[in-house]
Amino acid sequence: MGLFGRVSLASILQRIFGKKHAKIGIYGPPNVGKTTLANRILRDWTGDIMGSVSEIPHETRRAKWKKNVKVENGSSSLFMDIVDTPGVATKVDYKEFMNTWGLTKDEAKRRAKEATEGVIESIKWLEDIDGVLLVMDSTQDPFTQVNVTILGNLEARNLPVLIAANKIDMEDSSPATLKSAFPQHPVIPISALTGYNSDNLYTTMVSHFSKKRKKKRR
Amino acid sequence: MAKKEKEISFNLVSRHKLDELNSSEKLQFILKEVKKGKILVLEHGLTPFEQANLIENTMKEIEEDTFIGVEMEGLGEDKPTFFQKLFGHSKKPRVTLIGPANLLKTIRKDNDMIQTKIIPGRGAN
Repeated sequence: MGLFGRVSLASILQRIFGKKHAKIGIYGPPNVGKTTLANRILRDWTGDIMGSVSEIPHETRRAKWKKNVKVENGSSSLFMDIVDTPGVATKVDYKEFMNTWGLTKDEAKRRAKEATEGVIESIKWLEDIDGVLLVMDSTQDPFTQVNVTILGNLEARNLPVLIAANKIDMEDSSPATLKSAFPQHPVIPISALTGYNSDNLYTTMVSHFSKKRKKKRR
Repeated sequence: MAKKEKEISFNLVSRHKLDELNSSEKLQFILKEVKKGKILVLEHGLTPFEQANLIENTMKEIEEDTFIGVEMEGLGEDKPTFFQKLFGHSKKPRVTLIGPANLLKTIRKDNDMIQTKIIPGRGAN
């Protein structure tokens, strides 16, 4: 038995310097796999799920959250309130839901209206969180305005952000592109769908989000 | 008689003009112009908070058949020098392009170049 008995040095350091609880928002553009990842996290740590997923963009149109999800990393752990936010976009066109996804005009208009309200709700949540799991589609160009705006807001607030480079199960994924695009933040390649590399994500979430930081207000 | 082509307005907005406006006035000005179908190039871009507010305001203004939102792309922020940091000089956003989403489409963007396409046949309202 070592100097600290059964208690590891990491857990002692976390008790002294780290947070035990954090409210984490899952953010990103529509259709990058935010709810799939939220479901993955909840299934792995609580046995529950967050919400339904769909190929049609803006499936999540109201923020959903689960409180006190305990994520462990060896002997250290972090309780998180996980907030699954609606996809952030700069445009919403109901005709796209009709032409691309075959929704009726009424369904498409309703979905578009709810999607705009969801974007507003996501932006408002930025005021109330301690850190962000920013989900990006690793098969797509990372330099989108939505990614840049979200990252800019978090950096200005001095909030920790962890980038989940999702969809690495796809043949054309390139998590290295995301790593080189945002070298100032940790980027974890993951497949929320298959669970590939989720252990690495959880380890990084506990260590990254438990660090104490002084939050800046607007 | 040949059909008259609709014109597309492309306005460059100076740093001086933007600095005269507070955040709220700036966003109102941008959204009003973009809703008219104009494409704006801002010499001095928006802060991250202003960008988020612009997205929020855009969502409130979306109208089913006339305004579907904005396309907005800016080059990254200028990095302050050591002495600017020392004196509390914050990062300044660089040139930014904003237009109606039914007209302007971003093709590619990296740290130094924004490539866009103006969708033909859809002029200013």
